[in-house]
Amino acid sequence: MKITEEEVRYVADLANLKLTEEEVRKFQADLDEILVHVDRLKEIDTSNVEPMAQVLYEAEETATLRPDRERPGLGSKLALANAPLSGAGYFKVPEVIKR
Amino acid sequence: MDIGSLTIDQVRDGLRARKFSSVELATASLQFAREENPKTSAYLTFAEDRALEAAGRVDEKLARGEDPGPLAGVPVAVKDVIVTKGLRTTCGSKLLASYIPPYDATAVERLEAAGGIIVGKTNCDEFAMGSSTENSAFGPVRNPHAPDRVPGGSSGGSAAAVAQGTAVVALGSDTGGSIRQPASFCGVVGVTPTYGRVSRYGLTAFASSLDHIGPFGRCVRDAALLLQVIAGRDPLDSTSAEAPVPDYLAHLDGDVKGLKLGLPREYLRDLTSETGDLIAQAVDSLKKLGCEVRDISLPATDYAIDCYYVIATAEASSNLARYDGVRYTFRSSSSATLSDMYRNTRGEGFGAECKRRIMLGTYVLSSGYYDAYYLKAQKVRSLIARDFTNAFAEVDAIVAPVSPFPAFKIGEKIDDPLAMYLSDIYTITGDLAGVPCMSVPCGKTAEGLPVGMQILAKHFEETRMFRLADAFERAGGAHG
Repeated sequence: MKITEEEVRYVADLANLKLTEEEVRKFQADLDEILVHVDRLKEIDTSNVEPMAQVLYEAEETATLRPDRERPGLGSKLALANAPLSGAGYFKVPEVIKR
Repeated sequence: MDIGSLTIDQVRDGLRARKFSSVELATASLQFAREENPKTSAYLTFAEDRALEAAGRVDEKLARGEDPGPLAGVPVAVKDVIVTKGLRTTCGSKLLASYIPPYDATAVERLEAAGGIIVGKTNCDEFAMGSSTENSAFGPVRNPHAPDRVPGGSSGGSAAAVAQGTAVVALGSDTGGSIRQPASFCGVVGVTPTYGRVSRYGLTAFASSLDHIGPFGRCVRDAALLLQVIAGRDPLDSTSAEAPVPDYLAHLDGDVKGLKLGLPREYLRDLTSETGDLIAQAVDSLKKLGCEVRDISLPATDYAIDCYYVIATAEASSNLARYDGVRYTFRSSSSATLSDMYRNTRGEGFGAECKRRIMLGTYVLSSGYYDAYYLKAQKVRSLIARDFTNAFAEVDAIVAPVSPFPAFKIGEKIDDPLAMYLSDIYTITGDLAGVPCMSVPCGKTAEGLPVGMQILAKHFEETRMFRLADAFERAGGAHG
């Protein structure tokens, strides 16, 4: 077994994801099956291979950098337009620190 | 005018000859799309006001004798992971059911500047995660060729819209096959351009190193023209390429004599017999056109699925962190603390497949597992890219099946995530290597289900890929 229910709960916690007990059981089985399959990666020799950090094509290293110029932002009204709760130009969230 | 089979050329000629106005065509297209939609659920939102306004501008330009642009009056459908200013963009998710973006994606801006008319936003798997469009929070899309079957995914709505004729062309997105696989299942042309060819600005991020925007069309020419319009450098996406965009249409001359094509043996192992037969016939038809087809090997293919599901989920777990109930419309109603609000919002908002991928991605990036999974997968990704570099030293293009099987039944694979992932087995390699690739219709099974042939080319060699696809299409596909 590659992953236990306890590890599933731990990972869900890292991901800020609330799971039901039924989901924990289901994901334990699903992730286990997938991780067993993914283990095949160990078979392939990569000892002299660099990781592919980005998709490369022939261009100079700086070719895709744009000049660092100021441009107008969204503005707070537009930025807040989709917020579930806002006020006084801010996003509103439940209490973080007790007064 | 048969609205369901219009091409871009026919729209241009019709407007020029005053057979119809752009507003008339937009009105008729919207009505047709609304009538057809119950059969497939291809659209989530119709863009009536926006379409008529855009069409009005095209008509004004025509009246003044100005050039209305290469896409003038053409009805276009846009996948709902691509943002449209002021027009609801859901990403197929409950989390964004009422999200109204404050800006347009660059691809959207460019296609509208070229005179294109956006008729609506198309259904898709939630955040483009899936291979069947069954993961949409708004219900599945049905395949126009067989209503009990999936249209493929994740761009199933865009593929179905073009196949049923409610849009002339459409935009989709491809991270592991999400354009080519639905194009193949729905019998249309679907193109995944070179990574960086089209700006990703305004494409909701799933796996940033793998995400592409690309076109669908009912013929190669239309898909190539839509790519022409949206391609090119965009300062708002630093991964977009400076390379000049060639005139794709100028190269559709049918001349493919002497072209060297590779047929990778790793892509022929697990095909259904009908898909295998159609690909074999397609190869014969390419030989008749004067192409030289040779057997090649892409040995790292066997590890592509595993490599992909590590890298894509790792990137997704990070990209989807932003849906936390603060900025994007949906928030769980009862949470006493900030941390509970994050957890409850995400737990209630995401569907099962997104949760599964967030979990897998978080796991492979978590402390102690990074080297074994993520770093290893990035190295294997280099090997997969190297396979293509080696192959393209010997051949001009690669031909292969798109999917091992034609469209499957709705519900058939939804409870078996691994089986669903394996349906992308021949498409994910192109995304991992960042090479241009496409699906072109090659024929139908006895049951009438479309099968697509895949063409892959070297980075930025879309021109060669289109020329081959167009010649194949003109020759009548596999039956030529």
